[in-house]
Amino acid sequence: MESQEHLDSIVDREYQHGFVTEIESDTIPPGLNEDTIRAISAKKNEPEFMLEWRLKAYRNWLKMIEPKWSNVKYPPIDLQEITYYSAPKTAGDAPKSLDEVDPLLLDTYNRLGIPLEEQKMLAGIAVDAVFDSVSVATTFKEKLSEYGVIFCSFSEAVKNHPDLVKKYLGTVVPYGDNYFAGLNSAVFSDGSFVYVPKGVRCPMELSSYFRINSSKTGQFERTLIIAEEGSYVSYLEGCTAPMRDENQLHAAVVELIAMDNAEIKYSTIQNWYPGDKNGKGGIYNFVTKRGKAAGKNSKISWTQVETGSAITWKYPSVILKGDNSIGEFYSVALTANHQQADTGTKMIHLGRNTKSTIISKGISAGKGQNTYRGLVRIGNKAEGARNYSQCDSLLMGDRCGAHTFPYIEVKNNNAKVEHEASTSRIGEDQLFFCKQRGLSEEEAISLIVNGFCKEIFNVLPMEFAVEAQKLLDISLEDSVG
Amino acid sequence: MLKINNLKVSVGDQQILNGLDLKVNPGEVHAIMGPNGSGKSTLANVLAGRDNYTVTEGSVQYLGKDLLEMAPEVRSREGLFMAFQYPVEIPGVSNIYLLKSALNAKRKHQGLDELDAVDFLSLVKEKLDLVQMDRSFLNRPVNEGFSGGEKKRNEILQMAVLEPKLSILDETDSGLDIDALQIVTQGINTLKSETRSIILVTHYQRILDYITPDFVHVLADGKIVKSGDRSLAYEVDEKGYGWIKN
Repeated sequence: MESQEHLDSIVDREYQHGFVTEIESDTIPPGLNEDTIRAISAKKNEPEFMLEWRLKAYRNWLKMIEPKWSNVKYPPIDLQEITYYSAPKTAGDAPKSLDEVDPLLLDTYNRLGIPLEEQKMLAGIAVDAVFDSVSVATTFKEKLSEYGVIFCSFSEAVKNHPDLVKKYLGTVVPYGDNYFAGLNSAVFSDGSFVYVPKGVRCPMELSSYFRINSSKTGQFERTLIIAEEGSYVSYLEGCTAPMRDENQLHAAVVELIAMDNAEIKYSTIQNWYPGDKNGKGGIYNFVTKRGKAAGKNSKISWTQVETGSAITWKYPSVILKGDNSIGEFYSVALTANHQQADTGTKMIHLGRNTKSTIISKGISAGKGQNTYRGLVRIGNKAEGARNYSQCDSLLMGDRCGAHTFPYIEVKNNNAKVEHEASTSRIGEDQLFFCKQRGLSEEEAISLIVNGFCKEIFNVLPMEFAVEAQKLLDISLEDSVG
Repeated sequence: MLKINNLKVSVGDQQILNGLDLKVNPGEVHAIMGPNGSGKSTLANVLAGRDNYTVTEGSVQYLGKDLLEMAPEVRSREGLFMAFQYPVEIPGVSNIYLLKSALNAKRKHQGLDELDAVDFLSLVKEKLDLVQMDRSFLNRPVNEGFSGGEKKRNEILQMAVLEPKLSILDETDSGLDIDALQIVTQGINTLKSETRSIILVTHYQRILDYITPDFVHVLADGKIVKSGDRSLAYEVDEKGYGWIKN
């Protein structure tokens, strides 16, 4: 069918962040055992408690098995072939001032559109730049510290704020939670740490930019965000990687904790290398993200735009523990070519009058397979709990797939749970209509896809919304011949 | 404006148009009538450039150019407009965004500057009055949740914004109650001019009470079997299509 080929050419996008930075790295040899973990911990000069925690996690992980329930297919991952720590030599053991950051690294981030020089940055955003296994720079740290906000790399937090790390690490995602979280707990190398003190509204958007550069290297970062009583923080993360023929593993853990009346808004634009059009290469993205709305009236909101990775396995969740707490999940997941995504959320209602909203938009093109998997659980004490879920799928062409697996468990008679789902195809009728109004095929698809995602783009911070739209549009560039 | 010569069109194995001839001059209104399956909608779709219709013979000249060689979006930018019998819905895309994209695609094609939001809004406000729609219409998603009448009015609003040279209205009267029909046809009448032509494809003569055609053609088995003035429409209405076929 002619229009199928046409659609293929349109979704057959160029990956724009596929370059490699030639930089000398300090790398530990591939392989996973207790020595690897000790080596990572030593590289980072970690205190004893951290190493102990890693080793406990590792010993527990050895007893775990890789989950097979998700709707994705991939060959076995040989964890002994992966390098667990790789850092630019010039990065030293911790990022210092920006003057000391290797110009090659600054240039890398410039090419990615993330200038790290503060004067060049969007004024309202502070960035933590993570390159392979280490954080290479964190901007606006001083300005933030005036407000008492701690924003630094995870390694620095372990050294400078060990009490906070000890108190909260693993309290939302314990190391025994699942196979990939367990692995991360043993070998995580860096990530971001945020602490917002009581009553503080964080004055700027915080963001982390994750970059995998070295080959055969896994990235295992860990992010921990704590919002004390009555505070607010908005955090954004972006991710890219070079184009390589082998698959690379990314297994991150993100933990969020919101106390009474606190709010955390967490947005992700995930654009890891998706592999080529024949399905070769690409990142395996196995991520555990979870927030605990611990306090009363607290709120945790996840927004994600997932366009990259060969495989995405990710369920940003909220444990609604505090009474009247709110959990939200807004997601756009695009799978093209041979990409597979199994993503969704878990909303665990424990407190009274807890509320959750789930809006998931899946777009499948080429041979992409897109799965929404979500759990809404209402505990027996969650009087008056409410959930609204909406899962929409958009198919482009006739060789892709969309799947929806909603799980609902209700143990309280007062709860109200609503679920809506729809699947539609970008119709010949819609395309023809737009063309009859003078739009090219690219413009028509862009218009229809952006319309489909509108509810999600509306909740993204402004700069990110623009980037997200552009990202979807990249698929539409240079395509109609 | 438009010259169709011995047009033969098939869909799959089936031939639908069987050597159709039609000439439309600037400023003329032509009504194409015919029973179901006579090829009316096929004619409209072929002129607009829809896929899946194969032209096996004949030619179509539009403003001196070979229409069949043009991509559908180019036909549109060159001033050919089709009002759809069943307008599609585009969730999440506001009416105003679609209208602005469409107009700017055309202006770009003509080498004109694209209109900014402010200029566009003042232009579109004028056009809204033509079809008696209020401004809230602009921010609603294209045709989503619109009544049948609103969808048809929306088609005419798009026509008003794009100011086409040749408009093909495919069964624009179908599914309209009398009030909506009046609004829609009033809108169309305001858009008539000496330089603009209209082809009205319709099953019933009812719409011709509101838009006076210069010519009426009756289509049967993929050909124009009878042409005349407005009185032909009344005759068809009275005697049915069987009368002409026999």
